[in-house]
Amino acid sequence: MNVLAFLIPVALLLGLAGLGAFFWSMKSGQFDDLDGAANRILIDDEEDEDEERKE
Amino acid sequence: MTALAQELRGQGEETVLAVPGMHCAGCISSIERGLKGVAGIHSARANLSARQVTIAHDASLKARDLVVELDRIGFEAQPRKGPLKQSQSAVRPLLAPLAVAAFAALNVMLLSVSVWSGAEGSTRLMFHWISALIAVPAITYAGMPFFKSAWGAVRRGRTNMDVPISLGVIIATALSFYEVVVGGADAWFDGALMLLTFLLAGRVLDAMMRDRARTGVDALLSQAGQGAMVVADDGTLEWKKAEELLPGMIMRVAAGERLAADGTIIAGSTRFDQALLTGESAPVPGARDDAVLAGTLNLDAPVDVQVSAIGQDTTLAEIARLMEAAAQDRSKYVRIADRAARLYAPAVHSLAALTFAGWMIAGAGWYQSLVIAISVLIITCPCALGLAVPVAQVVASGALMRAGIMVKDGSALERLAKVDRALLDKTGTLTRGQPVPDPSLLDSLPSDAASVALSLASHSRHPISRALADALTARRCRAAELADVQERAGEGVFALWHGEQVALRRPETSNGIAVMLEIAGRPAWLIPFADRLRPDAGEALARLATMGVDASILSGDQRASVDNVARETGLPAQAEASPQDKQDLIVELQKAGHQVLMVGDGLNDGPALAMANSSIAPGSASDVGLQASDLVFIQQSLLALPRAVHTARATMRVVKQNFALAIGYNMFAVPLAIAGLVTPMIAALAMSMSSLVVVANSLRLARAARK
Repeated sequence: MNVLAFLIPVALLLGLAGLGAFFWSMKSGQFDDLDGAANRILIDDEEDEDEERKE
Repeated sequence: MTALAQELRGQGEETVLAVPGMHCAGCISSIERGLKGVAGIHSARANLSARQVTIAHDASLKARDLVVELDRIGFEAQPRKGPLKQSQSAVRPLLAPLAVAAFAALNVMLLSVSVWSGAEGSTRLMFHWISALIAVPAITYAGMPFFKSAWGAVRRGRTNMDVPISLGVIIATALSFYEVVVGGADAWFDGALMLLTFLLAGRVLDAMMRDRARTGVDALLSQAGQGAMVVADDGTLEWKKAEELLPGMIMRVAAGERLAADGTIIAGSTRFDQALLTGESAPVPGARDDAVLAGTLNLDAPVDVQVSAIGQDTTLAEIARLMEAAAQDRSKYVRIADRAARLYAPAVHSLAALTFAGWMIAGAGWYQSLVIAISVLIITCPCALGLAVPVAQVVASGALMRAGIMVKDGSALERLAKVDRALLDKTGTLTRGQPVPDPSLLDSLPSDAASVALSLASHSRHPISRALADALTARRCRAAELADVQERAGEGVFALWHGEQVALRRPETSNGIAVMLEIAGRPAWLIPFADRLRPDAGEALARLATMGVDASILSGDQRASVDNVARETGLPAQAEASPQDKQDLIVELQKAGHQVLMVGDGLNDGPALAMANSSIAPGSASDVGLQASDLVFIQQSLLALPRAVHTARATMRVVKQNFALAIGYNMFAVPLAIAGLVTPMIAALAMSMSSLVVVANSLRLARAARK
């Protein structure tokens, strides 16, 4: 049973970390343009690599 | 935003343009790369979901220059009104509660499963305490959207679906907390959190659909054109926005431009297309001293117009006033979920009270009777009922969206399902709303003449030339090589073709709209233009009729042209109706017990669209039409109408089935609860099963819009 005292906090922390990551990604605008993100992978970006680095 | 972007903003400005035509990866890359090559533009970032481009640029570049640049790249763009105003999203405020509820539900469920599998004594107590520590703050936060809405309804003496939901959740949490404190056997945190998670997921989906429809419609709204080239006293020209125009200013309106304000012509003469404002299709001539109205399209030649009225005094403002009054009427509509809640909430709450009384009489203690009564409340907490309506509507609006029909309002499908009477505007609704060249004449045109016509037409931005160029391009016609092309305002386009004079010009005399194609040494061709019925209009109307929806035409146009369309479609028609007349007719029909669907596009239809029980506008409609209607269809075919009505009715059928399923689940679970046999595990299982069944049933609507 002692293992529980260790595992439960670990499970909760991991869950909280996931929750935190979700909040961070929402705040940083990653959910603003879902259609765009899906389409952008189709763009060839060999010419403007430096532009991509700026973003 | 990165530090770099901030630095850029420091040097210049950021402008957001709406680009309705952007729809794929190719569009994004050509816009971003095209703009990057322009001097003065630091960076451009396209947002495909919102159909917007955010451009960081030098202060010397104006929004209008950027629009010109985008036009060069091949995209029509309009500056957004207001500085960088992000459209208000309905999803965002719900995402965080959903994430918290889902996180808490998963963790608490994990602990609950251990308790159900036989954890006892101090282990169970510890698990319960951990559950409580996670659940109580999570429920307080994630339940807020429901608590707020329920409190709002209760305060005004009403009830809605959120009232039984909030009561169930709060009571379940409070009882569980008490159980934890006294070291009892059962805690219901998992059930309460699961309920919140399911319901929030339903609402997020619902909000996503509406956001998507709204951004779609936003992109169609022409936020520009709301301005004019103003001639100053010293003869210099300056572009001013509509709200900066003052009475007395002189606007120079080019052919093909819409007027930004009411006024009087002081120089030049031309013809105006007032279709959007009055529904009248024939062009209205305007010369010196004639009054002209905001929103009309200048067809022929540039004119100078002195602004006479702005703001409250314009015809536009009068229409807006009518619409506002009508929109208030419609907001009284009560949604089906809330009507269900009116029956459901009192029934459930009295059942719980009776259970309590029954157990007291049967001799159980206060505490036991209370616990059993509360478990009745928890088990009847309308998880499936709360999902019954939103999930069905989300799936149906998704299906409609794929078919090119955008549902702007949550209750639109409910109202649309009931219509038994349709009123259709003529210009722009039954017809395309733009003059199209006569196809039989284009057929008879020799191919070299057609290619000369295409080449001439493509040199002009006049709406008639564009229509001709589009029609010829669609016929796979090739443009001829011309020399010395010049466009003379109000006259036409003139050029040399193999050394011969050729011209596409305004005819001396003609009924309605037409152009004359002249090639030296040959007889001239008169190409008549007419507004044609939308494709499939006949079939669409026939389908509406078989659905039991009687249609008739209600138009502001003159009797003769309305009668033509009435004959072609076989519908009864009322012509020369003012916006007020249209509204009155709808009220009359409503008093006679009809549920009226209004289909219209123009400014003059705005009040009628807002007054009708349900309304649909084509994507080409005026801003007012787009905003006043519940649904917007973007394809050309009028088949969107029967499709939307069919889908709305299918949705309501599924909603009713969902209610039946949810109530069926209660019939099974409530007797167990009254008998005091329900444990948290049974509650959790029953809740998720009934929700899954309701969701699965709703998914059948995914194909509803195909028929």
